[in-house]
Amino acid sequence: MKPPKFRYFAPKSVGEALALLAEHADVARVLAGGQSLVPLMNMRLVHPDVLIDINGIAELSFIKAWDGGLAIGALTRDATLTSDRKLAERLPVLNEAAHCVGHPAIRNRSTVGGSIAHADPAAELPAVMVALNAEFVARSSSGSRTISAQDFFKGYLTTDLKEGEMLTELRIPGLPPRSGNAFVEFSRREGDYALAGVAAVITLDASDAIADARLGLCSVGPAPVRPQDAEALLRGQRPGNEAWAAAATAVVSVLDEPLSDIHGSADYRRHLAEVLTKQALAAAAERAERNR
Amino acid sequence: MQEEDFVTIRVSVNGETHRLVVEPRRLLADVLRDDLGYTGTNLGCEHGACGSCTVLVDGQSVRSCLMFAVQANGHEVMTVEGLAHNGAMHPLQQAFWEKQGLQCGFCTPGFLMTAYELLQHNPNPSEEEIRDALSGNICRCTGYQHIIEAVQSAAQSMASSASVPSGTGA
Repeated sequence: MKPPKFRYFAPKSVGEALALLAEHADVARVLAGGQSLVPLMNMRLVHPDVLIDINGIAELSFIKAWDGGLAIGALTRDATLTSDRKLAERLPVLNEAAHCVGHPAIRNRSTVGGSIAHADPAAELPAVMVALNAEFVARSSSGSRTISAQDFFKGYLTTDLKEGEMLTELRIPGLPPRSGNAFVEFSRREGDYALAGVAAVITLDASDAIADARLGLCSVGPAPVRPQDAEALLRGQRPGNEAWAAAATAVVSVLDEPLSDIHGSADYRRHLAEVLTKQALAAAAERAERNR
Repeated sequence: MQEEDFVTIRVSVNGETHRLVVEPRRLLADVLRDDLGYTGTNLGCEHGACGSCTVLVDGQSVRSCLMFAVQANGHEVMTVEGLAHNGAMHPLQQAFWEKQGLQCGFCTPGFLMTAYELLQHNPNPSEEEIRDALSGNICRCTGYQHIIEAVQSAAQSMASSASVPSGTGA
């Protein structure tokens, strides 16, 4: 259980990192928090010839206002998301999801960008980003582009990132007044990967009906699931158990074949997706009502 | 091997600065144990699942099996050896002893370092907070109850003592 040999670089700026990535694109891996990559290297499932350690790049670690919303640097630690009180007020969904990532010692290292670029279907933050309509900034030595969360996740551990590109920033659009958001998941033990998890964002209109609803699910498919039929059903409805139940049924109907393993059967995951959708929607709506 | 296969690093461990030459692929846990002799840090699963290799880097708990030693270059590491002060056990160690928070002891250094970080930030944690903080550490002997009691007891004794020992390394 020791990683094989690699060449190690610790760039101090994004420009330096991108130059290294361009030079070694086909044999390099970016090392962020290392909480997924290093286990894979220890088990020799991944053996990059070149490791580009971005932990020394201070400019990649930030949370700042962006166009009415929020921009988060790729190297921001999950522990920062769980402890940022201002963030917890505006986007409890992020705070709650980050708290579900591993354990304190994991969250002290694990990064937001790492979770997204790794694209484990059981990871929380990708599903949250899909529900928040986030977009990601990918930079390479030849330029930069933004990719919507919806288009970014291609399948199991697969993203739209191209060789030589590095995820540098996440951008979360601002939410209208009277919006609320929440994340809930179920796992066998605290800190384990979820058997299913749901992020919900709800906006109410002046008459207290649902103006907009967005959902993102993790651990029930090869990539985060955005059940747009369920979202459409919710628009115009009064918040309440009836609306949640209808949406949850619609969510289950779009789940193709959730993973079936020793931790839970596909049927059980479908059941969890239904229950957790109702819980997440109710929690998000309650917060939306309070955010007058 | 070529010279560029090695990197010279400077790491402070429990307040003592070490300068050494390592291969980048060496895990922090292995360098602590094999190169520097801090064998109190135990390696269990070697893929971040068991928590037994937990140490503090710049005051924050980390899995030392998921960090390369080169990444600790210029940083301050604290291991379980840094808890005792002048031969006197840290209140956490004393409490683990008194409350029988250990049996075989293999996981104990990881539990101690994780609990140490918790009490630094939250000197009076609830049982739920203790369980949440320790959720990433696995113990096959105790059934956890005595570990929880030990952390509660340490929190009490640290609160009641006038000078709070903070270990040597943090």
